[in-house]
Order: sequence, then structure tokens, then C-alpha cells
Amino acid sequence: MSAATLKHIRYVATENPVTLVAFLLFSGFVLLALFGPWIAPYDPLASDSGAALKAPSAAHWFGTDSLGRDILSRIIVAARLDFGIAVSAVAASFVIGAALGSLAGFYGGWADRIIGRIADTIMAFPLFVLAMGIVAALGNTVANIVIATAIINLPFYIRVARAEVNVRRAAGYVEAARLAGNTDLRVLAMHVFPNILPPIMVQISLNMGWAILNAAGLSFIGLGVRPPQAEWGIMVAEGATYIISGEWWVALFPGAVLMLAVFTFNLLGDGLRDIMDPRMRT
Amino acid sequence: MTGMILKRLLGALPNIVGVVIVTFILTRALPGDPAAYFAGPAATTEAIEQVRASLGLDKTMAHQFVLYLKDLARGNLGNSLTTGQPVVTEIRQRLPASLELTLCGLLIAVVVAVPLGVLAATRPGTWVDHLCRLLATAGVSLPTFFTGLLLAYVFYFLLGLAPSPLGRIDVSFSPPPAVTGLYLVDSLLARDLESFWASAKQLVLPALTMGLFVMAPLMRMTRASMLGVLSSEFIRTARASGLPRSQVLYAYAFRNALLPVVTTLGMVFSFLLGSNVLVEKVFAWPGIGSYVIEALVSSDYAPVQGFVLTMALLYVALNLAIDVLYVLIDPRVGIEG
Repeated sequence: MSAATLKHIRYVATENPVTLVAFLLFSGFVLLALFGPWIAPYDPLASDSGAALKAPSAAHWFGTDSLGRDILSRIIVAARLDFGIAVSAVAASFVIGAALGSLAGFYGGWADRIIGRIADTIMAFPLFVLAMGIVAALGNTVANIVIATAIINLPFYIRVARAEVNVRRAAGYVEAARLAGNTDLRVLAMHVFPNILPPIMVQISLNMGWAILNAAGLSFIGLGVRPPQAEWGIMVAEGATYIISGEWWVALFPGAVLMLAVFTFNLLGDGLRDIMDPRMRT
Repeated sequence: MTGMILKRLLGALPNIVGVVIVTFILTRALPGDPAAYFAGPAATTEAIEQVRASLGLDKTMAHQFVLYLKDLARGNLGNSLTTGQPVVTEIRQRLPASLELTLCGLLIAVVVAVPLGVLAATRPGTWVDHLCRLLATAGVSLPTFFTGLLLAYVFYFLLGLAPSPLGRIDVSFSPPPAVTGLYLVDSLLARDLESFWASAKQLVLPALTMGLFVMAPLMRMTRASMLGVLSSEFIRTARASGLPRSQVLYAYAFRNALLPVVTTLGMVFSFLLGSNVLVEKVFAWPGIGSYVIEALVSSDYAPVQGFVLTMALLYVALNLAIDVLYVLIDPRVGIEG
């Protein structure tokens, strides 16, 4: 990272304080995901029927749920699972999607047509519905939630990688690398691919929020994560029955944290785009 | 222009083929042995073999695919295990409820997002613009199921303005005679204003929930495309010729800016159809979303597969409709061919 990049990052952070806030929030969530079990004040699974459905208090900041479990602790511990699902899903679709998209963009022809058709077929479904179908077919487990989320994210990576590789495949440095005796695959992997990483990074950040939202939505309707495991979507689902009788905290806090996590990633994506996109430097 | 529309129709064919192939794969990827599953837990080995033969699972994959296509052509999606009814019948009964909800959600989103987007584009850099951008980012971050719950809590529990979030119409009313299956339309056709209001009241919160979710992409797109058009040369010419501001804005800029917005509708429908399932669960809305959740809970796979296929075909059809609409409203398409 050169001095100019650092200067630009400092410029973006000071020019747009929202990006800075997003980055701080993101760091906070990462800390929760890493050290959650040690930070949580109570055991997230320990039920206490005497303290069921208690409103927020000094002892239980976010109140307790119908089994008397501490909601704050459950939210903190759930961060690892929610982030874990999103990170593994996005990582899988990044690796597979970027590889397929690069091949399609670099070679064109049949490879392009077949890979493009795969992406189009996935996009022909309403994506959340396809994810439901995949989890229902493969089996109701967390691993399958990851697979389903990865599959519905695939087309976005294929398209970005394909478009970015396609405009670069005849660039001067690519010709030079070829003339120097590099094989096609080597040119693609060592010379073209590093150059398409910035736009893909932005895509990853915007995708993370969406992946969390999808995973939480799937567990909200009872797919993937099983109770009593703590997960934000399932916690909102558990609180849903109590919200219309006035026990708002059971669903509100996990929902608000979920929303904040997605919001953080979306802001971060916008901020990253500002850093990556030289046209934004004014 | 008819040629253009025909071309778009043909262009949707590969998508339909892809959707059918994927749903076929999903039906065959069931965990464990589908024959043992459909035969029930107490079935003997012979009974399982019998079920396998009757489902055609002992044939080759290619043969099974042909059988699957034949079933689809006859409109046979199998029977639900829990209710014993054909899946097609149940989906057809419940589809209008989902459509009514989805279309009202879309209507709310368009009515709010498009004017806001135009407003933000005509005043770039002002607080209106910043507020719109913040709202747009916040909007896509909202989990629909959570927004729905919040709205129900505020408007039902706290303020008492909305009826209890259960179902399409208050229990003291009987549903209007079914013509289209859309309660709002049916009650108007029956000239029954009371039922109309009763079903409209039930519909407001879930539709608003869906609308809030898709407002953001629509507003973003309207703003971006309006900004692009406003800086183009023909607008400068129109302004320089001394045309009134409103005419430049609405007759020239807005019409051109609308085209990319119509294209975004495709993605918006993908969001709407997906979040439909979540919103139906929150508001106990008796559409196909609640149907599929009930089926998922009891591991009843035929309805789930029927649902995925129906939604996908519906989505392909909607995208096709958007394409045709595009041809109709863009005067250039007809000329360039």
C-alpha cells in the first residue's frame, strides 16, 4: 500500500465520516464474532423459567426471552454464526464465480456461452425462492444454507469478473506477458486477475450484507439453524409471537442488530467504491 | 414492433428450459431415498419398491426427465402429503392472495420512490438528496420480516390503528364472491364497500412492508438515470431554447429516465417474490408463501417443488412483460429494430 493510497484512504475517511463510522462498526462486529463467547455476560443457552420474558433491566440489558435466556448474550454469541455463514458463502461464490467469469471473459466462445447460460439460469429464479428450494432439496442444515447462499450469489461474481476480464484481455500488458512466453492460464491468473480484484472487492462488501439478510431470512422461516442455537433470524422468529402482545424486546434487539450489520456492510461497500473508483477523487 | 415482441418471447425460452431443468434436479436431489420417504416410515421393502416403480424412480435419469416433462405438461405437480390435495389446485387457490400483496407492495414502492428519486436528482447535493441516499441505503438493509413485525407492533399494539395482523380479511366479514381472487377487486365488483375497506385495512401493513424493501433500488435507479439524462445534450438544448422548466423536466427528461427504471423492475420483482414468503409468515397471509412454509415445516416436498417452479415461471413471465413494456414505451426500439 503506497503513501498515495494511504493518503487517499485518509481523504475518503475524513471527507465522508459515514465510511469511518461504518469501518468502526465493522471492526466491532468482527470482535464480537471472534470473542463473543468470552464477552457475553450470561450463558446464551441457560434457561431460567423464573426470569422469563423480563423487560430490559440493569441485569439483562436487552431483557430475557420466553425461556428466561439473556437476549444480549444470545445476540453476541450469534454474531459468529451469522458472520460465519455469510463469510463462507461469499468466499465460495467469490472463488467459483471469479474463476468461471474470468474464463468466460478471457476465452469467449463456447466457454463464455455455457458459463453465461449458467448465470442466466440462476438469475431466472427469484433468488430467495431458489435458495429455499435448494435448502429444502439438499436437507435442512447450516452447511446447506451456506451452499444455497453461495449459489444465488454466483451470477453477480461471474458477471463482474467476466466484464472486467473482457475489457482487459487485449490490453498492452497482457500482450506483453503473452509474448514473453507465459501460458494463457498464467497470464490470466498472474497478470489479469490481480487487476480485476478492486471491483470484485466492492461487490464482496455489498454482497456480505445481502448474504447475512438471506441467511437470516432462511432461518426465520425455519430452515438451517435449529433452536436452541442462537442466530439473529431465528431469534426474531421466536420473538414474533410476543411482539403483538407487547413483549417487544424479544424480537426488536436481534432484528435491530441484524439490520445494523447489513447496514454496516452496505455503507462499507459504498465507501470502498469511493476508495477504488478514481473518478470519485475530486 | 410485433416482430420485436415475438423476438423477446423466443428469448425467454432458454430461461424456461433452464428453470425446468433446475427444478427437475431439485426434485431428484432429495435427501435420502425419495421412494422410502414417499412410502412412509412404516413401509416394507416391497412397498418401497412399489412406490419407486410408481414414481418412475427405477428408470434412467433421461427417462425420468421425460416423465417429469409429461407431468408438467398435464399440470401435475404431485400431491401434498399433509392435505392430500393436488399441489396445483392448492397453489391456484392461494396464488391470488400472494399476487394481490405483491402488486400492492410494488404500487406503493413506485408511487413513493419515483417522485423521491426525481426530487433528489433535481437537487443534487442538498439535504433532500442526502436524505434520499440515506433512506435508500437503510431501505436495502431492512430485513423484511423485521420491518413487518415493527409495523405490526407500532400500528396494531401501540396505536391500535391497524387490525390484528392475521389473514386477508377480518373474521367478522366473509370473503367477497371470487371472480379474480383479489379481494380488493372482487369486493368492488360485488359493490361491497365494507368488505373492500376491511380487506384494504388488512393489506396496508404487509404491502407497506414489501414496498419499503424495494423502494431503495427503485429510488436509486430513478435518481441515477434522471441525473444522467439531465446532463445530456438534448436537455441542454431544450433549456437553451427557453422551454419552461416543467416541460423540460417531465416531457423530455422524465420520459427518457424512465427506461432504466423499467429495467430495474426485473430485479425488484425478484426481491418482491422472495420477500413475499417472509411477509406472509409475519402477517399470517394465506398465500403461497405461507403454504410453502407449512410444507417445509412438515417436510412435505411436493408443494415446495411446485412453489419453486411456480415462482420461477411467474418471474420469467414478469420479466417478459417488462421486456414487452420496454419495447412499447421506447420509441427508438421500433425504428432501430
